[in-house]
Amino acid sequence: MSKFGGSNNKKEVPGITSGSLSDIVFMLLFFFMVTTQMRETENKVQVVVPEASEVVKLERKDLCSYINIGTPIKSLQSQYGTDARIQLNDSFKTKEDIRDFVASERESLNEGDRPLMTVAIRADKDVRMGIVTDVKQELRRCSALKIMYSARRPGDE
Amino acid sequence: MGKRKTPALNTSSTADIAFLLLCYFLMTTTMGSQLGLQRRLPPIPDKNQQVEDQKINRRNIIVVRINASDRILAGSEPIDIHFLKDKIKEFLTNPSNNANLPEKEAKDIEGFGTVMVSKGVISLQNDRGTSYEAYLAVQNELVKAVNELRDEFARANFGRPFSKLTEEQQDIVKKAVPQNISEAEPKDVNAQN
Repeated sequence: MSKFGGSNNKKEVPGITSGSLSDIVFMLLFFFMVTTQMRETENKVQVVVPEASEVVKLERKDLCSYINIGTPIKSLQSQYGTDARIQLNDSFKTKEDIRDFVASERESLNEGDRPLMTVAIRADKDVRMGIVTDVKQELRRCSALKIMYSARRPGDE
Repeated sequence: MGKRKTPALNTSSTADIAFLLLCYFLMTTTMGSQLGLQRRLPPIPDKNQQVEDQKINRRNIIVVRINASDRILAGSEPIDIHFLKDKIKEFLTNPSNNANLPEKEAKDIEGFGTVMVSKGVISLQNDRGTSYEAYLAVQNELVKAVNELRDEFARANFGRPFSKLTEEQQDIVKKAVPQNISEAEPKDVNAQN
């Protein structure tokens, strides 16, 4: 048998093993599962948070509840108009509902974590302060005193 | 003798399944850490409690007002937002011991010693028509002023910027340069004019 052989014992090029491909993808998957968080609510208001250079990171994301303030998104404008509105969880609410909202959020936390609860106010930059002040007053009344004004670093997005 | 090998499982589709899962998580989750300015609201004053502690000396308080057209008044003069930080820093440090600027008080800080701490309070007032962007910009300038003062203090006493200090040192600096920003009860700024 000659080394440079006949046609019947031609060596085949070994196929590339794709066995490790799934491992790589799983690694990616775990990375995203760990670093991201579920989007709990659907945004019904347009919020472009203002810029601020002195922002700090929120330490405990799980202790945070969000109040969105802004104009309703395009598809809901025919129904709700273009006035700034408050969104709690999944629906438009008025400022009177904040008390219940805070109470239920507080209820859902552990006993020890309750004093650490933070309310993040995510308001659009074009919103007038009147509505934000109302929200703040309401928060004071239900003694949720730790608040955070959501903002982004200049240059982001 | 010829023992049959079990055929290897075809694993090429696990990658596809993993990709599907990956796509699902990419769509339904959000990245983005929450950033923002943290604040503590003052508690609602008790009706029975008399307003005694509000007698802060006039020189110790600077009122920053923002009106409905987003103009800023600091103390008694209109000011541009770019100069606000320096004005606040001057107010809080009172370098020349001016009688119109806040007094300082010798305070004993545990683990450090006696420091002259300014008694200055920044009071922020806004109109209902102020835009949120302007309001937050002012808040940001106030925080920046305090942060810069803390940084200066940290450099002078520990030789390092504030962010590089240990937690105890940071606590000391925080006590030496307090962040006294009060958000006043809402009132109509325009009504006063």
